[in-house]
Amino acid sequence: MPVLWILLCVLGLGLAGMVMGRARALRSAGGDARHLHSLPGYYGYHVLIAAVVPALLLMAAWLLIQPRIIETRVADLIPERIVAEGSSIGLVMADVRRVAEGLDLAVSKGSISADDARNMRSDLTDVRARLGEVGVALGSDVQPEVLKAAQAYRGAKSISNTAMTAAVLGLALIGFVFGMYRTTADFRARNVVERAVKALLILASTIAILTTVGIVMSMLLETRNFFGQYSWTEFFFGPTWSPNFRGGSELGILPLLWGTLYISLIALVVAVPVGLFAAIYMSEYAGPKLRATAKPAIEILAGIPTIVYGLFALITVGPALRDYFAQPLGLGESSASVATAGLVMGIMLIPFVSSLSDDIINAVPQAMRDGSLGLGATKSETIKQVVIPAALPGIVGAILLAASRAIGETMIVVLGAGAAAKMSLNPFEAMTTVTVKIVSQLTGDTDFASPETLVAFALGLTLFVITLCLNVLALYIVRKYREQYE
Amino acid sequence: MTDATASNAPDYKPHGASLLEQTSRTRRRNAAEARFRAYGLMAIGAGILALLLLLGSILGNGLGAFQQTFITLNVELTEAKLDKNGNRNLDDMKKVSTFGYTPLIKTAMVAAMAEKGIKIEGLSDKDAAALVSKDAAAQLRDFVLANPELIGETLEFTFLANGRIDGYFKGRVSMESAELDSNISPQQLQLADALRDADLLEKRFNTGFLTAPDASENRPEAAGLGVAILGSLYMMIVVLVLALPIGVAASIYLEEFAPKNRWTDLIEVNISNLAAVPSIVFGILGLAIFINFAGLPQSAPIVGGLVLTLMTLPTIIIATRASLKSVPPSIRDAALGVGASKMQSVFHHVLPLAAPGILTGTIIGLAQALGETAPLLLIGMVAFVREYPAGPPEGFFDPASALPVQIYNWTQRADPAFVERASGAIIVLLIFLVFMNAVAIMLRRRFERRW
Repeated sequence: MPVLWILLCVLGLGLAGMVMGRARALRSAGGDARHLHSLPGYYGYHVLIAAVVPALLLMAAWLLIQPRIIETRVADLIPERIVAEGSSIGLVMADVRRVAEGLDLAVSKGSISADDARNMRSDLTDVRARLGEVGVALGSDVQPEVLKAAQAYRGAKSISNTAMTAAVLGLALIGFVFGMYRTTADFRARNVVERAVKALLILASTIAILTTVGIVMSMLLETRNFFGQYSWTEFFFGPTWSPNFRGGSELGILPLLWGTLYISLIALVVAVPVGLFAAIYMSEYAGPKLRATAKPAIEILAGIPTIVYGLFALITVGPALRDYFAQPLGLGESSASVATAGLVMGIMLIPFVSSLSDDIINAVPQAMRDGSLGLGATKSETIKQVVIPAALPGIVGAILLAASRAIGETMIVVLGAGAAAKMSLNPFEAMTTVTVKIVSQLTGDTDFASPETLVAFALGLTLFVITLCLNVLALYIVRKYREQYE
Repeated sequence: MTDATASNAPDYKPHGASLLEQTSRTRRRNAAEARFRAYGLMAIGAGILALLLLLGSILGNGLGAFQQTFITLNVELTEAKLDKNGNRNLDDMKKVSTFGYTPLIKTAMVAAMAEKGIKIEGLSDKDAAALVSKDAAAQLRDFVLANPELIGETLEFTFLANGRIDGYFKGRVSMESAELDSNISPQQLQLADALRDADLLEKRFNTGFLTAPDASENRPEAAGLGVAILGSLYMMIVVLVLALPIGVAASIYLEEFAPKNRWTDLIEVNISNLAAVPSIVFGILGLAIFINFAGLPQSAPIVGGLVLTLMTLPTIIIATRASLKSVPPSIRDAALGVGASKMQSVFHHVLPLAAPGILTGTIIGLAQALGETAPLLLIGMVAFVREYPAGPPEGFFDPASALPVQIYNWTQRADPAFVERASGAIIVLLIFLVFMNAVAIMLRRRFERRW
């Protein structure tokens, strides 16, 4: 039975249970809800949860584990000979899956009968042609062993599916009966239901942890594979980046880090003064009218997707910088450059710096300003000598957060910075960053056994660690600063 | 103290002769003050200028994408070419490929030129027919296969004009640039001018840009956003269905039930860190877990939706917690006081009161997810997809594109007409974002309560 149908059956049973549980509870109390321990609805929910939750958990677990078990079993059927011809077991298994899916499709379209699909022999039938009729194109003729494996694969899949249907529906039914059996007037349905709901809430809140664990684990495992094939000293200290899919690549991270840091530096040089001055003006000088228009206008910049900034860099800023600065000064011919990416990224970071600093400046107690003004300082002197020093830790935190944003930014540098891995001081030259290389190594045809692909995971892990350190440091500083004035 | 004043008295010099006249020091301080204010104003001005430049550049480049040049021709659907057997057997007719339809368009173009008396020196019939998009033959073929009974008649068709011709009427291509371009000649442009004067060629609103699928490298005029918009919609559905309940459940636990201990501290630190993790890292996660480990298909909206869900969760959790926190404790106390359980007080009273804030946060999170590009590049959404995904739920597993990825895709192509289309696609994306944010602001204005 298809998964969707099982799901609907279980949910239907649950809903029936909800109605019947409620009715049974009322009946056991002689029709008077005052004799029940909980409100009647809770008895219904109780049966619903008992019927649905265990059954769905079982189904999810089954669907996760089933493919793995079937694959290992079918993989045992494939003799070594075939694997040797077609480079790896994974590729042969992909063939097997394709043939099996093709047979499924052919059966569902009625061009092959179910019996034929089970007993077909590749020395008697041209399987490739038959599957071609239903629109499944195979790269080569089907070998007898592969067809056998595909038939075994289909068989195992259908047995497993039947077993799953029986087990899930059975469990749902058991849960239903159990829930109904427990439903009496004295049963504390509310407590049970609330405990179950609380368990769901806890489950939801652990997803954040699971995500982090998933990120770290996925990158750590592949990075370990990478360092099995490529020495880590050359990765971290190698001065050249020249991947070559035929082997013999040099994968040093230094030029990428240089490009990343150079672009981020330019971005911060643009964003920090503009953002900071805008925040100061907005919180210390601006009247309510200017504040009400200028603040949202600048914050619109924060809501614009980065791909838009990327296109802006590509079609407007890049050519302009090339025509008015790089070419007249004789510094470069490329419209993609560190300066382009840095400038546009700086624009992107302005609202980030300004709204964070605005909050922080506003948190400085008014008494400190009043004291300074009372001693005869001008407003700007007060800001420079009292407000900013008091807000400094918070502002540093905000700048660190902005730096972490800049380092992890992808689309602007993909479109604006170029792809050449270089270490140069000329800001009008195209350079590249860690994120650009992650994108270029992981898009298109990828082979997850070669160091040229796996290096992307090592780059990702490096990026993750750098931004994590910056974030933790920044959050620590900001939090500590907040406590100071609360 | 008086002594000190007295002993300093000889050094003391009055600032100036009059209070009404500023000393040089006061002037300096006032000038510094004015300068400082000016810096602030300049910074705000720079920010707003950047915004205007950005929007101006996108609008200026992209508005053209909504207009397209069309050519109207009377095409005779010759039976001898399209259905040699004359029995209207669809299987036989399908054997005539699009190449079989190109001569019809050529004949129609030549006929139209003759009818209107247009003659251009040095222009071959083949070049004249090349004014019509390469997509026209496919359009004609689809029409004939759908209406085989019309074979033999002469019907009026509206075809897309070639991308270069379109560029000519939008100022991208000129007579000088056509000299150097192997894809277009000045004679063809003259013919285009003549056709326009004869009312056979016109520029009008192009619905195909919003509904058509992507098209290949050398026919930018036919490329549209249909598949991308559908793909983005599917992903937003996945994000909404997963991120909203999970995010709200997690926030309720953390805000209302969680004891203060190491475990909840760890969760909190985790959430604030996840909010700042670079988006591309989520792409790596999606590639490694959902595609390589769980075996979900590449380029599928379901994978994109799952990745974006994980990215959006922190935003939704942070917004939801803030709005739960803003519900005053007196509400909870009152509910508990009349005998509700803790769970009842939260679900019956606190949550409904916090709902507007939660919705606002969710919409803003969705808007962020809609514009996100980098993680989608890694899970294969850059693939060239021409087929519309099926309806839900199977459609979630079909290959599709997404709006921002389609934009990226177009920027990578050589023909400058794709730059216009990329900018046009950004306008579409920004319209969606503005709409979502406007709804969020409206919800906040209308339903937010101050306690």
